[in-house]
Amino acid sequence: MLGFFARRLLYMIPTMFLVSIVTFVIIQLPPGDYLDTLAAELNDSGGLDEGTMQALRDQYGLGQPMYVQYYKWISGILFEGNFGISFEKNVPVNDLIWDRLGWTFGISIMTLLFIWITALPIGIYSAVRKYSVGDYVATFFGFVGLAVPNFLLALVMMYVAFKYFGQSVGGLVSPEYLDAPWTWDKYVDLFKHIWMPIVVVGTSGAAALIRIMRANLLDELYRPYVVTARAKGMSEFQLLLRYPVRVALNPFVSTIGWILPTLVSGEIIVAVVMNLPTTGPLLLRALLVQDMYLAGSLILIVSLLTVVGTLISDLLLAWIDPRIRYQ
Amino acid sequence: MTKVDTNPVDAPALLGPWQLMWRKFRRHRIAYFSLWLVGLIYFMALTGGFLAPQDPDETNRRGIFAPPQGIHFFAADETGETRFQLHAKSLVMQIDQSTMRRSYEPHEDKIVPLGFFVKGYEYKLFGFIPSTRHFFGPVDPDHKVNFLGADRLGRDILSRIVLGTQVSMSIGLVGVIVSLLIGVSLGGLSGYYGGWIDTLIQRLIEFIRSIPTIPLWMGLAAAIPLGWPPLRTYFVVTLIVSMIGWTGLAREVRGKFLSLRNEDFIIAARLDGLTDWEVIWKHMVPSFSSHIIASLTLAVPLMILAETSLSFLGIGLQPPIISWGTLLKEAQNIRTIIEAPWLLIAPGSMIVIAVLALNFLGDGLRDAADPNAH
Repeated sequence: MLGFFARRLLYMIPTMFLVSIVTFVIIQLPPGDYLDTLAAELNDSGGLDEGTMQALRDQYGLGQPMYVQYYKWISGILFEGNFGISFEKNVPVNDLIWDRLGWTFGISIMTLLFIWITALPIGIYSAVRKYSVGDYVATFFGFVGLAVPNFLLALVMMYVAFKYFGQSVGGLVSPEYLDAPWTWDKYVDLFKHIWMPIVVVGTSGAAALIRIMRANLLDELYRPYVVTARAKGMSEFQLLLRYPVRVALNPFVSTIGWILPTLVSGEIIVAVVMNLPTTGPLLLRALLVQDMYLAGSLILIVSLLTVVGTLISDLLLAWIDPRIRYQ
Repeated sequence: MTKVDTNPVDAPALLGPWQLMWRKFRRHRIAYFSLWLVGLIYFMALTGGFLAPQDPDETNRRGIFAPPQGIHFFAADETGETRFQLHAKSLVMQIDQSTMRRSYEPHEDKIVPLGFFVKGYEYKLFGFIPSTRHFFGPVDPDHKVNFLGADRLGRDILSRIVLGTQVSMSIGLVGVIVSLLIGVSLGGLSGYYGGWIDTLIQRLIEFIRSIPTIPLWMGLAAAIPLGWPPLRTYFVVTLIVSMIGWTGLAREVRGKFLSLRNEDFIIAARLDGLTDWEVIWKHMVPSFSSHIIASLTLAVPLMILAETSLSFLGIGLQPPIISWGTLLKEAQNIRTIIEAPWLLIAPGSMIVIAVLALNFLGDGLRDAADPNAH
């Protein structure tokens, strides 16, 4: 087990290296750099002269060859934990991102829990009562959940909540709590808001997992060992949970690997629509104005955390499923 | 000696694999229905302007945020007699001076007669036949009717959705073709040769799958300069979008290659002296092409959703291009949606219908292609 763990950790190093390179290439792709954007914006109000531009360029290390810039960027992160500065806001990236990353991952993990809590019982029900009305309803909602894009669902839910329930929408807390300290009331208010992004982001994942759970359980339900258990007089409920469900449960763990990236992705889009204080709006804005260190740091950290999440899911799977060999 | 019947009358009809598939597919009702629906949507994309009652780019100052107009069947003519006449009620705009809000009231007496094959704005049928005939619309080309409402510039939503179908549905197709090329060649290489090539390609696929796609696409799409001509933006967005499709397809193709590699008929073909290339294209690909078609169908909706999401965020296709994503971009904030819900509902339901139909179709094809499924 330990050797398996160490090997998986080693595997992560080239992956992370690749992630950092891809990220860097992506943020370098747009022609020009932030200073060009800045110059274009300032053009109306007099503009910048060549000297100032050059001074700024030297200060930020822009205009040097790509690999020098990459080395400067990555060594700053690795050795000093310094993610560079945000050009647009003129503050260190470190000051901007950690709160928002916390929210992004908080919401993603809560969404994962939501998916498990809904998909497990519905999936089991669908398989056990195959072709019942409930199964058809679950299947129908499963298909619709997969077909409706996240942001569309977010818009529709916001519309319904606003129009028919008069709830304030957008953001994670009501406006009056924005700068308030964390009191009980604020937590209550937070929970009144946070369920919506969780449901929106989680719907497609839950739909997919219900279908997987149903298919897997159907494969197991008619196996001889189930018949044996039934023959020895076990109650149907106990029998169900103790044997076939346990076997069919594997995808719940193994899917963290692919669900986590989709959750993070979905969360980013939904955050833009619902105006959540997470990475989404910050990343979009940073990409649009070519605030490259900010955008790069966000993409890098979000990707790395996802890779770590996938690793954890692999380890969990190896731990709970004795059939997996550590070779 | 008994007489042997040499020409049996009741010889069972022999069905090829494709015919068997078709039979099985026909039995899957929802999938069969979806096939028609998808066909209809692509037909809509193909005919384009013919189905659009109005010029999708024409703005109308007197129709800003005009609500959808219903179609009515009976109207009174000059003599006061009620008779059958397709028509819509014309709308009268009122502006509340204190709140500066527009509201529209249907005018009971002023009707807009509607008809089939009416004259309207000029467009090119199938992209090259100039025509002014439209399938359905107001009889008098100067009248304006918005069956699905109008947007903030008074442009007709229905016409824009019809024209947007061309871009959105074709991005799915073109993207799928691109990912088919990448997926089949890389997946084929991986599965046929195995060894280090396999390991390398599998690691690459795992890598692509393990990073969240949206931030990456956002990064790539944000790199498209705003000044690019629409056609180039369109192709780059398609390329970006097809980055998702190919990994799944490559895995599937690889699995098929791995399982087929040691089948008797493949070994026989190889022993007969066929080259690798011939073995792959003459014997392996035909034996799993039905699976590929099914996976491709399931990949199209993913690409449509990806394009829509990117365009919605404002980093995919840009406004002069009409797609379902750019249409939804108009409904980005809650205030607009409250004032004009049709901006969200009309293109939104179009996307959901298209994606659902493609999903059901793909599911049906996959079941039909699987000889073990019942």
